[in-house]
Amino acid sequence: MSALSLAFHRLASLPYFYSLAGKLLPWAGGLSIVLFGVGLYMGLVLAPTDYEQGDSYRIIYVHVPAAWMSMLVYVVLAISGAIALVWRLKLAEVVARASAPIGASYTFLALATGSIWGKPMWGTWWIWDARLTSELILLFLYLGYMALQSAIDDRRTAARAGAVLALVGVVNLPIIHYSVEWWSTLHQGPTVSKFDSPSIHLSMLIPLLLMALAFKIHFVTAILARIRPEILVREQRTQWVERLISQRQS
Amino acid sequence: MTPLRRQRFILVGLLVLGVSVALGLALLALRENINLFFSPTQVMAGEAPQQANFRLGGMVVEGSVQRPDADLSVEFVLTDTVEQVTVTYKGFLPDLFREGQGIVAQGMLNSNGIFEANQVLAKHDENYMPPEVADALKKAKEMGLK
Repeated sequence: MSALSLAFHRLASLPYFYSLAGKLLPWAGGLSIVLFGVGLYMGLVLAPTDYEQGDSYRIIYVHVPAAWMSMLVYVVLAISGAIALVWRLKLAEVVARASAPIGASYTFLALATGSIWGKPMWGTWWIWDARLTSELILLFLYLGYMALQSAIDDRRTAARAGAVLALVGVVNLPIIHYSVEWWSTLHQGPTVSKFDSPSIHLSMLIPLLLMALAFKIHFVTAILARIRPEILVREQRTQWVERLISQRQS
Repeated sequence: MTPLRRQRFILVGLLVLGVSVALGLALLALRENINLFFSPTQVMAGEAPQQANFRLGGMVVEGSVQRPDADLSVEFVLTDTVEQVTVTYKGFLPDLFREGQGIVAQGMLNSNGIFEANQVLAKHDENYMPPEVADALKKAKEMGLK
């Protein structure tokens, strides 16, 4: 076995990842707090007001990163689901199960902040246009995945059933992304991900990218924190967990 | 990859591909129904429903906004740069409503071809910039025109 595949097998072993996650957790958490602090200060205080929306536009510093994360976490969920289906890797099952509630939270945050912004700007809390509807379907996909996980007692069976659901839902991701281009919607088109140049001033773009990074590190923190108890529950009858518990008790 | 894993891998690929094709075909069939609004050109071509509520989207023509009475009623013209439709509305307008702005109005065409809206929503564009930059752009545009 080569050194690389040996390192990979070690990383994928649950006891090793449990302790690794414990060591990384405070660093990831600290970094995300710092990034949130700097990003929010730059976005809410330093960034200039918008020529048309005034200060109301500042909700993009939460709304846009949350919406990006809602899709990125789904990619994580689907890829780890596919790995769990094909290779039956336990760590992939754990990652998928741990990421779903986090992704659901980001999706809810994106929908809620969008709604709060939509009332004064558009004139309505909600409209059934293609972007809003497909993002709501994403929330239901997450909730369905979570419901499926709690409906099946055996975690390995639940992981495989959930993976199939997650993979079916993948088609929703391009629909969310391209909905504003394929159909006429009330939601505006893409600002940052345009190929020529972003239609946002640099002084507003930098805090947005910082917030996006802060959300990504927050996801790393949240998933590490959720993976640890999930590993303990799965491995509760193994020797290493029993040893760990007796160490804590003594 | 062992034969068993390769088989599972192919199955996963087929699952994603199959669902994508099925949904793609469904969306293709529903294409027109997913669009949120009709454009003035479509309305003039008679593609919009008669005697029924629908949404009309377009740009508010500069200088077309009129308030004939002292109440909240307002009248303006929507365009997609090809055709124009006159819209009447009574009620509060959203913050972003202004001339030159994209608007989605919901309502019905009356017998005179005027769109009587019962809801007016502002469609925001994807541009974000400080007011100074917007002013500078506007000035540069005016200079270019002269």
